[in-house]
Amino acid sequence: MFSRAYKTVVTAPPLVWVTVFLLVPYLLMFCYSFWSVSPAQAIVHSWNLENYKELLQKTVYWETLLRSMWIAARVMVFSLLLGYPLAYFLSFYAGKRKDLLYQMVIIPLWVSYLVRAYAWKTILGSDGVLNTLLQYVHLATHPLDFLLYSPFAVVLTLTHIYTPFTFLPIYAALEHIPRNLVEASHDLGATPVQTFWKVIFPLSIPGVVAGATFAFVLSLGDFLAPLLLGGPSGIMISNIVVSLFGAAYNWPLGAAISLGMLVIVVSLLFFSERLEKKWSFS
Amino acid sequence: MEFLVSGATGNIPRSRWLLAHAAAVFSFLYLPIAVLILYSFNGQGVGGFPPHHLTLDWYRLLFNDAPIWDSVLNSLQVAFAAMAISLTVGIPAALALDRAQFPGKKLFRRLVLLPLILPGIITGLSLLMLFNVMGAKLSLMTIVLGHGTALISVATTEVFAGLQKLDRAQEEASLDLGANYWQTFWRVTVPNLKLPIIGAALLIFTLSMDEIAVSFFLIGRDNTLPLEIWGRLRRGITPEINAVSTIIFVFSLVTIVVWYRLRVRAEGGADVGAELIEAGSAKS
Amino acid sequence: MASPITPVIAATPGTRSAAKPALLSVRNVAKNFGRNAVLRNVSLEIAEGEFLTILGESGSGKTTLLRIVAGFETANSGEIWMGSERLDHQPPYRRRVNTVFQSYALFPHLTVEENVGYGLRVAKRPAAEIVQRVAEALVKVKMTTHAKAKPSKISGGQQQRVALARALVNRPRLLLLDEPLSALDANLRRQMQVELKSLQREVGIAFVFVTHDQEEAMVMSDRIALLRSGELEQVATPREIYSRPATAYVAQFIGHTNLLKGEVRGGVVRCASLAWAASLPDGPALFSLRPEHVRLAGSGASGNGSVRVRGRVVHQAFHGATELIRVECADGLVLVVRTASSSAVHNEVELEFSAADAVLVRESPERI
Repeated sequence: MFSRAYKTVVTAPPLVWVTVFLLVPYLLMFCYSFWSVSPAQAIVHSWNLENYKELLQKTVYWETLLRSMWIAARVMVFSLLLGYPLAYFLSFYAGKRKDLLYQMVIIPLWVSYLVRAYAWKTILGSDGVLNTLLQYVHLATHPLDFLLYSPFAVVLTLTHIYTPFTFLPIYAALEHIPRNLVEASHDLGATPVQTFWKVIFPLSIPGVVAGATFAFVLSLGDFLAPLLLGGPSGIMISNIVVSLFGAAYNWPLGAAISLGMLVIVVSLLFFSERLEKKWSFS
Repeated sequence: MEFLVSGATGNIPRSRWLLAHAAAVFSFLYLPIAVLILYSFNGQGVGGFPPHHLTLDWYRLLFNDAPIWDSVLNSLQVAFAAMAISLTVGIPAALALDRAQFPGKKLFRRLVLLPLILPGIITGLSLLMLFNVMGAKLSLMTIVLGHGTALISVATTEVFAGLQKLDRAQEEASLDLGANYWQTFWRVTVPNLKLPIIGAALLIFTLSMDEIAVSFFLIGRDNTLPLEIWGRLRRGITPEINAVSTIIFVFSLVTIVVWYRLRVRAEGGADVGAELIEAGSAKS
Repeated sequence: MASPITPVIAATPGTRSAAKPALLSVRNVAKNFGRNAVLRNVSLEIAEGEFLTILGESGSGKTTLLRIVAGFETANSGEIWMGSERLDHQPPYRRRVNTVFQSYALFPHLTVEENVGYGLRVAKRPAAEIVQRVAEALVKVKMTTHAKAKPSKISGGQQQRVALARALVNRPRLLLLDEPLSALDANLRRQMQVELKSLQREVGIAFVFVTHDQEEAMVMSDRIALLRSGELEQVATPREIYSRPATAYVAQFIGHTNLLKGEVRGGVVRCASLAWAASLPDGPALFSLRPEHVRLAGSGASGNGSVRVRGRVVHQAFHGATELIRVECADGLVLVVRTASSSAVHNEVELEFSAADAVLVRESPERI
């Protein structure tokens, strides 16, 4: 309907920008991963597979990656456990208050990540609110160590941050379920519990997959929470990358790990997209 | 309990467990923030229980803290500039995705949406490598380019949704009445996209102000507000941080409520979720 | 607030299907949505195995009544009884009532087969029984070849059959159908009306059918319950409701009619320039006269009890087998006449009808 000239004028600038600032950087990252760094801290453009060998051989990278995945998996599960019933409650039981409650869920989403991570840091510390409270009410005699500077703290904080993220797509999916399907199910003799498992849950699966993917992928690549709350036992794969681009100065190795993460993330996205399509029936 | 729960129709029993669970989740989500705000007024600073000696000292300290205000100014500049870039690139991108066919369209679409779901570290590092190769020095400018690029997807998804709801007949009527494509664009298409564009602008602004993951790698000499706070956190906790966090919370709260009202005016409730999902994941 | 209707229903012969026992008893049901009174004091009995249609305009409350019986809404007052069991306190999944929804409400993630067997699986019937009953149901609605298809892949008419099978396979005591044919095009609709009727005879279950289409109601029903603004105007067989409408609303809603406003004095009705004898008390009276009972007068004297009037033809509409002729008579009276189609064009005519065909009806006042 619109002229070709008009379309070209409209399409070209974003295309150029996206190519320069999104596509090229990833390609560069790909290139960097095959280079190396000289003792003089300069990046040498000699093509080799040293970085990848290093990654495959040294166990520290695998360990950290697995730990990161384990942390991400726990965040994903807890976020789902918190987010799904909440979404179900809002969608089917909240009635007139639905809108208000929905806003109450998305507001924490927009409070700065930093603010929320910081809040947990002050709560979980040995002098923090939780520890002093426990001692105040005599539930503990001394500060609990594991609360802060541990994987526990990282999982807790990330769950706090990503629960609204998992909530959103699940809620959207639940809202899209026509209410007459619920009535039809009741009409045919199914109790609310049976209706949930046979009708509502299956139809909400695309939302669950989307929410789970968000939580997992974003937790996996997170570096701020570990830095603030993780301590030595809570180091995640992104922290290694950060130090490689910082004090440890080995950009090519860092690029290799980043590329690996990119590949993992894109594969997960691809896989979850296929899964979502398989379970959508509209 | 009745006021919160309108049961399903008929005689279907209401669920106490669901209500309890919901209450628990809301507490979990808000308690840390409540603690933060409470302790920003605590005379003894952060930590310790119970809080006593309410004071505004920390806020007064904050008010006189020059580096914080510098960083606020920097953040504002960055946010406005990023908004400009994201909208200028994102709106045509949405139009292109909605109406044009061209080779590589699928890849284009994925690239635009990728920064939303990708951990910020990857977006930040890839751009860092670009600037390194280009020989560009890191500065507020590089942060602007980083935010602008990462947030294009916010503009694109909001405007795209608005375009889908646009009635093509309106544009056809305009052409029929003698206006050309350019005129039609400005007289008919854009006015219909007012709400999505404003919504996107608000969102991009907020996201940029709070952005830390991408900024982390692209920072030069000048700090943005989140990075300034981050630096202080590394050095040790001061209650001033509680104060500035409280202020940030209040601003975010107001912005998001305004944004939400706008979106609900533009379209229905559940659809708001979809864009939010896209936009929200840009936060990390 | 006593409804004036109730005595009329009792009085009109044939409204209670005499020999059959009452299956469902709706007693004084009222329902408000906010300040809106959607149902006011509705009472109705449904007999075993009958095909009852609840007929009414949109907003008359017919769907609400159906939903209350199904269990998706609760009445503000009144009771619903099925046999000796009180129904309105039970949730929908315990009632032996099944519904065919207007939008069909088929489960998109299940195949046709799985949809139909849903109620049986929920009731934990043995697998072999489910397979057999589902197959039978699909044969009855002629959807066997589509058993493994998903709802999105079949047409609207086919979805409707699946919805029907899904409800019937559970052998409910009562089947509720909420305007199931309204989404179908005219020809398919007529076909389905016939099929539904014969299906009902075959399974012998009472059907309660909701529609706004009066022709549909007449064709399919054993009895029609006409609902207006939340109250029942008349409950009777189609023939009864057509030839002996209780109120002006009923007379006008079903088919065409001429409403004659008259005054009775001393056993004579006067309406415009017309007059005929009637043994009625003095006062205003309203009559319904069907167009097919008005004839173009032939030559010769009029018989006893027949009324004649002259008039001028204003409009002549061709309706296929018949014609509707609009005639303006003296004193502002307008009569619509239905005659067999002919090629004759009329101008000045003389009309004739017998006084017995003018049926006394009650006024239908506005209800807020």
